Amino acid sequence: MSAGHSTYTPKSGLGRWMDARLPLPRLVYDSFVAYPVPRNLNYAYTFGGILSLMLVAQIVTGIVLAMHYAANTEVAFNSVEKIMRDVNSGWLLRYLHSNGASMFFIAVYVHIFRGLYYGSYKAPREMLWILGCIIYLLMMATAFMGYVLPWGQMSFWGATVITGFFTAIPLVGDWIQQLLLGGFAVDNPTLNRFFSLHYLLPFMIAGVVVLHVWALHVTGQTNPTGIEVKKKTDTVAFTPYATVKDAFAMVVFLALFAYFVFYIPNYLGHADNYIEADALKTPAHIVPEWYFLPFYAILRAITFNIGPIDSKLGGVLAMFGAIAVLFVVPWLDTSKVRSAVYRPWFKLFFWLFVVDAIFLGWLGSRPAEGVYVAMAQGATLYYFAFFIVIMPVLGLVETPRRLPNSITEAVLEKKSAAGAPATEQAKG
Amino acid sequence: MSATDSTEHTRRDFLYVATGVAGAVGAAGVAWPFIDQMRPDASTRALASIQVDVSGVEPGMSLTVKWRGRPVFIRNRTEKEIEEARAVALEDLKDPVARNANIAADAPANDLDRSAGEGKENWLVMIGVCTHLGCVPLGQAGEFGGWFCPCHGSHYDTAGRIRKGPAPENLAVPTFEFVSDTVIQVG
Repeated sequence: MSAGHSTYTPKSGLGRWMDARLPLPRLVYDSFVAYPVPRNLNYAYTFGGILSLMLVAQIVTGIVLAMHYAANTEVAFNSVEKIMRDVNSGWLLRYLHSNGASMFFIAVYVHIFRGLYYGSYKAPREMLWILGCIIYLLMMATAFMGYVLPWGQMSFWGATVITGFFTAIPLVGDWIQQLLLGGFAVDNPTLNRFFSLHYLLPFMIAGVVVLHVWALHVTGQTNPTGIEVKKKTDTVAFTPYATVKDAFAMVVFLALFAYFVFYIPNYLGHADNYIEADALKTPAHIVPEWYFLPFYAILRAITFNIGPIDSKLGGVLAMFGAIAVLFVVPWLDTSKVRSAVYRPWFKLFFWLFVVDAIFLGWLGSRPAEGVYVAMAQGATLYYFAFFIVIMPVLGLVETPRRLPNSITEAVLEKKSAAGAPATEQAKG
Repeated sequence: MSATDSTEHTRRDFLYVATGVAGAVGAAGVAWPFIDQMRPDASTRALASIQVDVSGVEPGMSLTVKWRGRPVFIRNRTEKEIEEARAVALEDLKDPVARNANIAADAPANDLDRSAGEGKENWLVMIGVCTHLGCVPLGQAGEFGGWFCPCHGSHYDTAGRIRKGPAPENLAVPTFEFVSDTVIQVG
């Protein structure tokens, strides 16, 4: 859409001078002021903006924390405690950073589920979706390495378990694990490189975010109806409409963030991480951070060998497969109708999937024994069935509801149904 | 582009390909040190062997020592534990291979080949790292009275063999020897 004509006209002499040399103001104006957005976007569409805010917040708090942190196994744990006790406002900066990671993931999960619900991944937005999946992968790598840095018991054993995944790969697995660890076990070389990479990856995320927004501005945003923008009355200008809506959502989101930081800063963490790492003693119950729990449950659900694949490799493949399957969602969904609003069966299966994902998360926090294993196996089965069976089959057999002719018509229909007088008769 | 539309391969085409290949080899050569630096360094690789005095380890007692950053379990097993391990048929084992670095790689996982050998069957020396995802199993725990990994629920028997749970292999026996009757050298 921004690829179309530009409506920017520089008003000052300096503006015209700049526009002829580096038209950055024009790019900003076309992308974030005049840029047309569908008029019916709801609050589920504000999480892209919230995610940008969280990325900036994590980078800013992270850079200042790095000024006080020391990535050496002898002192890492104490340097974090020093930040908490001695560094001016250190407690605030650290709690902002650690809770910020959780808030980042809350926002990204809402963002991903919104994309699944409204079919945002469908043509012509496949690249936009794939770039989002790459950002999500980078986020997970960044969060995992960041969690190792305080060098507590969960840091150490989480790193041991997660790098242990790679030993499941036949032949080269041990070589890869040693390459990641820089040794035969998690130790000082591991901590050093994780710190280096934890500092690098957020900037790679920022780079992919630029591509993500670029791809978004080429195709334009989707909207709750899933119908493409057809005429001018379907859209409103980004500023002030989307800007103000996004800003309001950010304020509400920041209030939730602040509640965690100031009232329950350790609620999402684990008490064992306030015990310094000990290579000879595994905590009784290792759990990853909450945002990895569904995948952890899938990993542990595979307790049986599948042909030549043993249970260990099977678990690792299932876990990575659970993320990899997201990349091919645009080609798994065969329905011509984009939005779940007009797909009664998809809507049902979608909400079942949401419940299933949350249920998997809860199972991931339980010990891997008894009835929990069986439940995790059932939930894992549905997780994959949703993508691999339900998505392709439903598109072929489901009868969608009647689609409105345009976004404008859908908005006006909704208005008149709500009892408000329709001021404009839409003509599709 | 060349002015002629000939599809014939010219000497210039050869030069382009040769230059490209040389560039790719050069790029790979430069990339390798950047990958290689991540592998364990010389001080980590240096085969650190340790000697452990086990004279104070009575039957039923265990010792955990650190070797190459990882725990090594040294256990003086009781008669009962040895009997239990011997009573297990090889067909009942999830991993039928001894995983003992001191003997043949395909040796069966019978109790003798898991232990320190003839005359020293009571001694069990193993790397205390679960073969699933690397946690340290708890001693004298689990359904088989051997070791139990709390992370993902792997049960090992009194010879350190995997019996139940997601771990694929028996606990590894490192290279070790008795340098005297009471001193074990690991590594």
